This record gives sequence, C-alpha cells and structure tokens, in this order.
Amino acid sequence: MNPDPGNEPNSPLPPPPRVGEGRLIACRECDLLQYEVALDRHADAHCTRCNGVLYRGTRTSLALMLALMASCAVLLIVSNLFPIAVLEVQGAHVEATLINTVITVYNQGRELVAALVLLTTIVLPAIEIACMLYLLVPLSLGRIAPDTPAVFRLVLTIHPWSMMEIMLLGVLVTLVKLTDFANIIPGASLWSFCALIVFFTMAASAFSVRDFWAWVEERDRALPMKESLS
Amino acid sequence: MPSALQQGLVSCHSCGMLSRLPAHGRGHCSRCHARLHARKPDSISRTWALVILAYILYIPANLLPILESRALLTAESNTIISGILMFWESGSWMIAGLVFIASIVVPLTKLLALTWLLVSVQMKSQRRALQRTQLFRLVEFVGRWSMLDIYVVALTVTLVQVGTLASIQVGPGALAFGAVVVVTMIAAHTFDPRLIWDAAGDARE
Repeated sequence: MNPDPGNEPNSPLPPPPRVGEGRLIACRECDLLQYEVALDRHADAHCTRCNGVLYRGTRTSLALMLALMASCAVLLIVSNLFPIAVLEVQGAHVEATLINTVITVYNQGRELVAALVLLTTIVLPAIEIACMLYLLVPLSLGRIAPDTPAVFRLVLTIHPWSMMEIMLLGVLVTLVKLTDFANIIPGASLWSFCALIVFFTMAASAFSVRDFWAWVEERDRALPMKESLS
Repeated sequence: MPSALQQGLVSCHSCGMLSRLPAHGRGHCSRCHARLHARKPDSISRTWALVILAYILYIPANLLPILESRALLTAESNTIISGILMFWESGSWMIAGLVFIASIVVPLTKLLALTWLLVSVQMKSQRRALQRTQLFRLVEFVGRWSMLDIYVVALTVTLVQVGTLASIQVGPGALAFGAVVVVTMIAAHTFDPRLIWDAAGDARE
C-alpha cells in the first residue's frame, strides 16, 4: 500500500496504487480504506493494518462450485437415511440415525436441546445447501435467480450455525467412549457423512463472496434490463 | 489511509461493497440490499447483555448434570467435569483432552476474551489493537466447537437405551450448556471489531 498521506479526518484519498487496479474497499474488521489489487489464484488479500482477510482470490469455477454443492445435497440425504452408529450388546441392537438422536432427546423432555441438534446438524445445513443450489443453478445457465440478494444474505447468516463437522467429531468421541461398554459399529451413514464434510469444507473454503458477486454482475450486464437484478 | 467512516463511507456487512453513508445514517446496499450501518447498532450494550447472560448460564451448565444414568440399583449423574474425569480415568487421555478443550477451555476463554475486548473498547484503549483483533478472530472461529459435548450427550442417550445397559437421560446441565454456546456465539457476532480501531484512531502499529 501507499505510504500514509496524513491522519486528519477527511484528508483526500491517495490515488490507486496503479492505474486500472481495483475499487476502494474497507476492511470488515478495522474499517481501513484500501484499494483492491489483482490477486493470483488461491491467494487472499489481507488488510495492511489488522491483517484480516479483505477478499479472496478466485479459487474455483462456478461449475466446480455447483458440482460440490450438488454432491453435498445428495450426501446429506444419504446421511439422513441410514444409521450413523450401531450398538450391539447382549443380543440387543440399537441404531442411531441423525433424526432418531433428535427424537430420543425430545422424548426425554429436553425439547430445546433436541431443537438445537436438529437445527445445527440437519435443518440449517439443508437450507444452506438448498440456497446455494438455488443461486448457482440459474447462474450456470446464464440467469439470475429471483431474490438473489436476500437468499445470499440468508446463506451468510446460516453458515456459522451449520455444524455438521462438529457432529462428526461428536460421533467419533461417542464411538470411542462406548467401545468399553459394548460392541460399537460405525453405521453406513458415517462414511457418507465423512464425505459430506469433506465436500462441504472444500466448497466453503473455495467460496469467494467477491467471485459470487462477479458472477452475478457478469450475468446482470448480459441480461436485458427488465430481467436484471432488482 | 483513513477509515471508511472518516470518509463518510460504509461497507456492506454482507457483500462488502462500499457505499456513501446516507445523511440520516440509514440506507440499503445497492448491490445486495442489506441494511447499511457504519458500525453494528448498540454493539457494546448488546454484547455486554449477552456476555453477562452467558456468565450466569455458565454456572448451572457446570453444576447440573449433563447426563443422568439409572442402573438397576444405582443412580449416577455426570456433570461436564466428571464426564471428562471419567474419560481420563479410563485411559482415554486424547478424548479427555479434546472434551476438556471444547467444553471448558473454549467457553471460558471466549467469555473472558469478550469481557476484555468490551472493557478495553469502553476505556478507549489504544494499545494492542492488532492483538485484540486477532483475539476476536480466534473467539469467532473456535466458539462453535463447544457444541461437541451436546452432540456426544445426544448420541450417547440414543445408543445406550433402556433395557440394554441402563437408562441414560439428558440432564438439565445440557440445556444450560447449549444455551451458553448459543449465547456466546451471538455475543461474538454482535461485537464490532472496528470499535477497537476507532478508539485506536490511526495510531500506527
């Protein structure tokens, strides 16, 4: 970045570092104004003052992002169909699926705990994946989904609350915990759940908010005015 | 460089686009239509309220049992700490360590860190702004992992059902602990790290 021109409020902004490079942006974490610079693939731009991530460079294409999200959708469904762990003791056979875990806790009178597990491991991940598909499928067809801004904001709001990877760790801890008492078998869903978390994490770490809006704006310009955004 | 606020600009919290701050202080992002505000509204008082609530909930979360088991003759209840001790004594040190970090270290560190951030912002501290921002980033990142114990409890009661080993129930501590995790996550979200830098002004690091 440029040397600091002076600290008084409303001092004139220094010119962009090089002609033709980027717009002015503010750091989300410290509000410092900076100019965008061109990035290599897989690089992140960091704030010069607080080192927060300003924006991420392109990591993935729209097509790859769509493929990852579609895989996540299939894996999420599969993971909810089969047991995630099976316990065998004295001839008894108990299966735990994601949903019957929620139901068991609910039946014990802990409705709020059940709701928390239901939301964070099934409902919110499902909504997040569905929203991403809703946004990405039309974009890949050269169109913009209605209410794209609102749906995108919903994804950003939901994201920290979808906790499938923590659930996976919980399953592993439980498996280790109960091996002393009974015969524990990893269920079929455990494998699809592992795959789901790998794909979901890949998608989340490859997703760039800046890329997403670039895809939208590209199509927005290409579309006739009446069909365009807002 | 000055901050965006000093230039009368505001960046959209959802898509990052910079807009001119409307005269009356309110408006919507022209790209993603999110409501614009230069700083998160009432950040300090809202975060304080949530942090205090979390401190209060932290007490029952640790004192009440998160698991209650009834075998034929014995009734036993496990708090978070006694659960960790059980893992430790049975030789699962790795698991004991993992649960200890997720259930004790993370929530407590998070609460203390948020308290420090709030106090330092209110005192208009100009020191260690960079370190405080990094601390905030850490708090935001690790908070959700505390949910681990809730999942372990839920899966345990599902797998160990009546008639097989014993009857195991989710205890009231689980509810309080779940609430601590949720409330601290919201508290971290309500805190605006830009306030750290507003106080520090343009002091160079």
